[in-house]
Amino acid sequence: MDSTLVLLALLVPLVAAVLIPLAGGQPNLREGITLASAGILFVIVASLVGPVLSGARPELGGFEVLPGLVVGFRVEPLGMLFGLVASTLWIVNSIYSIGYMRGNGEPRQTQFYVCFAVAIAATMGVAFSSNLFTLFLFYEVLTLSTYPLVTHNGNAEARAAGRVYLMLLLGTSMLLLLPAIIWTGILAGTLDFAPGGILAGKAGPVLTGVLLGLFVFGIGKAGVMPVHYWLPAAMVAPTPVSALLHAVAVVKAGVFTLTKVVVYVFGVENLASLGTADWLAWVAGFTILAASVVALQQDHLKRRLAYSTISQLSYIVLAAAILTPISLVGAAMHIAAHAVSKITLFFAAGSVHTAAHVDHISRMNGIGRRMPWTMGAFTVASLSMIGVPPTAGFLSKWFILEGAFSSGRWVPVAVIIGSTVLNASYFLPIVYRAFFREEEPHPAGAHGHHGHGEPHAHDTHAHGGGHGEAPLPMVIAIVVTASLTVLMFLFPGLPLGLSEAMMETRP
Amino acid sequence: MILDNLPALQVVIPLVGATICALIDRRRVAWPIALAISLVGIVISVALLAQVLAGGPISYAMGGWAPPYGIEYRVDVVNAYILVLVSVIGAVIMPYAPRSVAAELAENKQAWFYTMYLLNLTGLLGMAITGDAFNAFVFLEISSLSSYVMIALGRDRRALLAAYQYLILGTIGATFYVIGVGLLYAMTGTLNFVDMAERIVDVESSRSVLAALAFLTVGISLKLALFPLHVWLPNAYAYAPSVATVFLASTATKVAVYLFLRFFFSIFGARFVYADLPLTEILLVLSVAAMFIASIIAIFQDDVKRMLAYSSVAQIGYMTLGIGIANLNGLTGTIVHLFNHAVTKGALFMAVGAVVMRVGRHDLEGLAGIGRRMPVTMAGFVIAGLSLIGVPGTVGFVSKWYLAAGAFESGAWLLSFLIMASSFLAVVYVGRVVEIAWFREPTQAVASVEEAPLSLIIPTWVLVAASVVFGLDAAFTAGVAERAAEALLAGIL
Repeated sequence: MDSTLVLLALLVPLVAAVLIPLAGGQPNLREGITLASAGILFVIVASLVGPVLSGARPELGGFEVLPGLVVGFRVEPLGMLFGLVASTLWIVNSIYSIGYMRGNGEPRQTQFYVCFAVAIAATMGVAFSSNLFTLFLFYEVLTLSTYPLVTHNGNAEARAAGRVYLMLLLGTSMLLLLPAIIWTGILAGTLDFAPGGILAGKAGPVLTGVLLGLFVFGIGKAGVMPVHYWLPAAMVAPTPVSALLHAVAVVKAGVFTLTKVVVYVFGVENLASLGTADWLAWVAGFTILAASVVALQQDHLKRRLAYSTISQLSYIVLAAAILTPISLVGAAMHIAAHAVSKITLFFAAGSVHTAAHVDHISRMNGIGRRMPWTMGAFTVASLSMIGVPPTAGFLSKWFILEGAFSSGRWVPVAVIIGSTVLNASYFLPIVYRAFFREEEPHPAGAHGHHGHGEPHAHDTHAHGGGHGEAPLPMVIAIVVTASLTVLMFLFPGLPLGLSEAMMETRP
Repeated sequence: MILDNLPALQVVIPLVGATICALIDRRRVAWPIALAISLVGIVISVALLAQVLAGGPISYAMGGWAPPYGIEYRVDVVNAYILVLVSVIGAVIMPYAPRSVAAELAENKQAWFYTMYLLNLTGLLGMAITGDAFNAFVFLEISSLSSYVMIALGRDRRALLAAYQYLILGTIGATFYVIGVGLLYAMTGTLNFVDMAERIVDVESSRSVLAALAFLTVGISLKLALFPLHVWLPNAYAYAPSVATVFLASTATKVAVYLFLRFFFSIFGARFVYADLPLTEILLVLSVAAMFIASIIAIFQDDVKRMLAYSSVAQIGYMTLGIGIANLNGLTGTIVHLFNHAVTKGALFMAVGAVVMRVGRHDLEGLAGIGRRMPVTMAGFVIAGLSLIGVPGTVGFVSKWYLAAGAFESGAWLLSFLIMASSFLAVVYVGRVVEIAWFREPTQAVASVEEAPLSLIIPTWVLVAASVVFGLDAAFTAGVAERAAEALLAGIL
């Protein structure tokens, strides 16, 4: 029964991807298919949670590509958490997409929804994979299926961004990740994820350090500097795509893969005892601080959010690098916490773009009074990014800090404190501007900041020209994700239970 | 009775067919004959493979003259696999041929085209099946001469020059080959492969045998377009008629690689070639050079067919790389890549051929916006392109996996990173086509074209599907390749 559910979780989005083009001529039917499959997928994934929490590990026996190279699936707690986050957010994101794509009159919407569904299917594949090869297969499918989304606008800027996106993600995965996988396979004799790690006792300290390096930088989706640049480049995409990249699927697939590799390939205890993984904490710490400093200097809202993502992803990497069970619980929690918060922030940025046609922070004075729901949600999510209760970000940060304290490592502690200050100083001014600054009068037509990749220059609709909230579907989506951010703080039982189940060595 | 004579029929049927086509010289007759013969070819080759897999090597005495005096046709796992490869590609191509050939060739030349195709098929199958060094030379020349003609039939005037260039280099290659065979004959007194392999052990330290090895290596390398002996290939592929390009790109170099394997492993013996001579190093250096230099040149091509041709040179580098790695995984990688690259590159050239039929040109600019006009064809191109890159789930990945695993196992971990790096270059040149085909505004010529006819789309997609299906379930292809590699490596272990 459970393995049927796993199969369905993979098939539902794929079926949607086939049905959507058939309904291409009727937008309402087409979006209906997207929403229905998102709902069905959520129910399927949610019904797996119970068995997984009670210790079951639903499996789907795959097929053998080559001897030793199997496409197979096995739902363990971390994958369950990731799958749950992604399938929940697909629903919200679909609602939001409908408002955004229609509100902005975007072209090629059928293609958009098809690629989106394929990306979700790939995400499910990544989340539920039972071995490194399966994970890699779907990881690459995810990259390829999001390429048409990143280049959706089709102009020169989108093409350039698409190039960076594809080159960096495919480049790192082909040049570093694949050799790492092959090497792991040869050393360990298996590619199956196993509690305690498959490389434990199979590789010496130096080789382990090298392999870890190949994995960390090979998983470009995790955005550890210097392989982070695809994220700001991909900002030219429509906002629902940014949300997909930053919250639902792509970067989460990166940090998820990395966490999974640390826990199930290397083994936390193995890495901690070898001592050649210490550099990872430094690299992650550097990424956290450097990306925050860059974010401070960005005036383009989505770019600032992009650098914030890079910084936040390295929280997860840092948490994994601390190598204590409690910090890894924090890492898993942060995957969920960052997802709901960051998707809210991007939704808000897209709402402002759609309603006010403003992309730059310096032009957002007083916008909170016109768009109270949007900016209210933005404020909640900002607090979560900083790590202030009562938001989800507080919880995950707490666990990471606890792990750092308990292992007696002061660098991570200092990094987290420093970055909290930085986060506050690049998020709070936006909130302040939106609610407490007076709106500036805008001469019609003097709207120079438009069109950072988004060719919808309706100058008559400039901010200050009498706009209100964004279309209703978008507002609903924003409020839902902001509420999730708070709810996750108040009722952390589900993500916490899954995160803790991950760290039990008993399968 | 028929079953016993399958090895002969494999070669004789297309040869007879070619003669009939030449004598009747009617387009309407020639194509059905070629189609029927290609289909029969598949049946025979699959039957042979099945026999070999079940019962071990088959020896067939041509004309009843017992080997080593007569010509022996000898089928083992290695060449049965090649026979299947060549026949399958030939049969997939034939339904595609009539519309494409009709669009590109004058009516009075079309029957000749099918004649030459059948001769080429004869030559390639003969080279693969024969167990006799001189007989292999004869078939080598049959296949070469017919491919010169096929290339020269291209409607671009540069096709003549390309054919001439290939003629000169191909002839040098064939001459080197026959000199090598002559030296071996002088030293061993036999032309039969098996016989030769037994007798060469006694004389292997002689200079004549070394010279023979050198001549054979260079001669065959010319035919298989090992870098830097590849210069004939890009123009030949670029200006030949689309069908000829598909067929040659998918089969001709593969059979030459087979001949290379046969001489290196079965006749000279891997121990002699690898342990006593620096051939490994030479092969590895040239292969890596091919993988990088040809890929980089491909990036800068303005013509899709030339781009794919340079990509072929790079892919041949992978095949020779596996020979250089010379362990089980590496050699399996080489052999499985013969098949994998044949279906991948065949699909790519077929997709381009469909575009050529509709748009009439194959420069990159001419493809602007074609992705939205011919979505099915170009979707096939993209999927096959992903296989060329080696994305998991495609056949390209399977080859890459074996080669990289072989490199890691032999301790040459740098080599596996080089394999990955060069496959990344394919992202660049495939990506260029994707960008132009989808993001450019269609030119006037493109704006009015329709999707290719089904007779072109279906064969294209058969190969596209093959490059995904055998990428997800490589048990059969890789299994046969591994058995072939085991058979070849038997001497080294």
